[in-house]
Amino acid sequence: MASQEQKNVSSRTEEEHVDELPVPTPAPDSAAAQAATSGVDDLLDEIDGVLEVNAEEFVRGFVQKGGQ
Amino acid sequence: MSAIRVMGAETEYGIHAPGTQEFNATWLSTQVVHAYSRETNHRASAGGETRWDYTDEDPLADARGWSMPRAVADPSQLTDSEPVLTAAQIALEGGEVRESSAPLMMNMVLGNGARLYVDHAHPEYSSPEVTNPLDAVRWDAAGDLVALAAVRRIAATPGVPAINLYKNNTDNKSVSYGSHENYLMPRSVPFKDIVAGLTPFFVTRAIMCGAGRVGLGQDGSGSGFQITQRADFFEAEVGLETTIRRPIINTRDEPHATAEKYRRLHVIIGDANLCQVSNFLKFGTTALVLDMIEHGTAPELEFADSVESLRAVSHDWELKENHLLADGSFVSALDVQWLYLNAAKAHCASNGSSHQETGDGHTAMVLAKWAEILTALGTDPMSLAGQLEWVAKLNLLQQYRTRDNMSWDDPRLGLIDLQWSDIRPEKGLYYKLLQHGRIQRLVSDDSITAAMTQPPADTRAYFRGRCIQAFGRNVVGASWDSVIFEVPQLRRLQRISTKEPLRGTEQLTRELFDGNPELADFLSALAL
Repeated sequence: MASQEQKNVSSRTEEEHVDELPVPTPAPDSAAAQAATSGVDDLLDEIDGVLEVNAEEFVRGFVQKGGQ
Repeated sequence: MSAIRVMGAETEYGIHAPGTQEFNATWLSTQVVHAYSRETNHRASAGGETRWDYTDEDPLADARGWSMPRAVADPSQLTDSEPVLTAAQIALEGGEVRESSAPLMMNMVLGNGARLYVDHAHPEYSSPEVTNPLDAVRWDAAGDLVALAAVRRIAATPGVPAINLYKNNTDNKSVSYGSHENYLMPRSVPFKDIVAGLTPFFVTRAIMCGAGRVGLGQDGSGSGFQITQRADFFEAEVGLETTIRRPIINTRDEPHATAEKYRRLHVIIGDANLCQVSNFLKFGTTALVLDMIEHGTAPELEFADSVESLRAVSHDWELKENHLLADGSFVSALDVQWLYLNAAKAHCASNGSSHQETGDGHTAMVLAKWAEILTALGTDPMSLAGQLEWVAKLNLLQQYRTRDNMSWDDPRLGLIDLQWSDIRPEKGLYYKLLQHGRIQRLVSDDSITAAMTQPPADTRAYFRGRCIQAFGRNVVGASWDSVIFEVPQLRRLQRISTKEPLRGTEQLTRELFDGNPELADFLSALAL
């Protein structure tokens, strides 16, 4: 049975490789670098919009009980 | 074999009702389980929860060959009895319960073979057993969708406070909660070999699978960034405890399988991961190291002080430091990982598992990714911001620091660290980066969604999951190695034992389910 299991997962792996997305690689030239910088600014602006208001109070309020 | 192994993930979520301290954390956690039960209608028809079958739980059994006496154990170690949550107990802990009519649901077994329950004061999702690291990533991520569905349900329920769940491991106020891995091993491997072979690997693997943290020390009061959430909470090299005096190697010996043949290695050192590459490497490389330990090919080295080095590695996000070995020499964390990778390459080449055509596929993928990541860590770690969780988080924090000229103790950086792990895609910062194409996926979103409801095909989780799907209202109890049915015509409960993790697969049991839609027929067919 073990070898059968291996065959099954093996075919699934090949399928997964298709799913794999390339990591965006920053282009070296300066125009692209500038575009990347403004991309970062846009991203931070968007994150600013979803961050909880009053960071200090929110972080202080996050109190957990023990776990493993 | 090699990267192929029975394994599974456990995630305890941080739980928070913003703006109120009024509610007891355990009660809030029961609401998560309750909400998911209503979402799925599992057990709703029978009016109760699926109870956990504690018959084979033995949390005080120590892998070194003895059992801790019950009387000296910390109460949090007694996980083999049903936790009973009463209004009186909540009151004792200083909490209030507004909805006295809401049931206190502590446990569910899901149609995908997972367990969703209240562990201590956190909701926990324990993934079904899988056989490879990609499936471990997939069914762990499915748990985040389960948690999300519960959060959504609660948000739409009048009378229950809104609840946020965080896939992280500390509140930065001296409390840590776990994300555990489990690996099936042959019992014949001496435990001292596991300790010797794994400890140096665990001390250093965080450079690939740490989730990143703002704050140093257990209470996070030290200013700065570190690679892991968990390292500062470990105080021993080897031990049984998971809630106090946490050890690098945990000796809990509950095999949840045929005890003469197997042990379940319970790993408590890891961070919870949202980034799939980090999670994949966590399971994949650990499985390879276990295979080497079983075959005597693991590298031999020993840190002078493993606990101290674990912490030092986590605090050294610039990857500049060297750490003292027992023989007096110094190595970097990266050196140690290369040592393990090169040994794994040789090991897998000699047993054929990494062969491009005839290998299992998974092993070659783990080795290739491991090499790619170590190479990049040695040249330009920040180039891994699309792959490793701690680097992705650090990169975002540094962008904020640059834009707003913030020092490390700025509370907004603490918020970014916390909100990184909010499981809601519209709030969680990991998900924001994912939506912008800045984080690499290894498994498709569709396959994660499917894994919310479907069990893996190739372990006993398939049997458990299909039992819940087909006969959920008659399943009165279940555990990793049992399913208990209540049959209307029979007075006695029917307990089906599932002690072999690689049986109960789709291949072995699908026809039984498809051919017997009635429970009585199904049970008769099992008896044949």
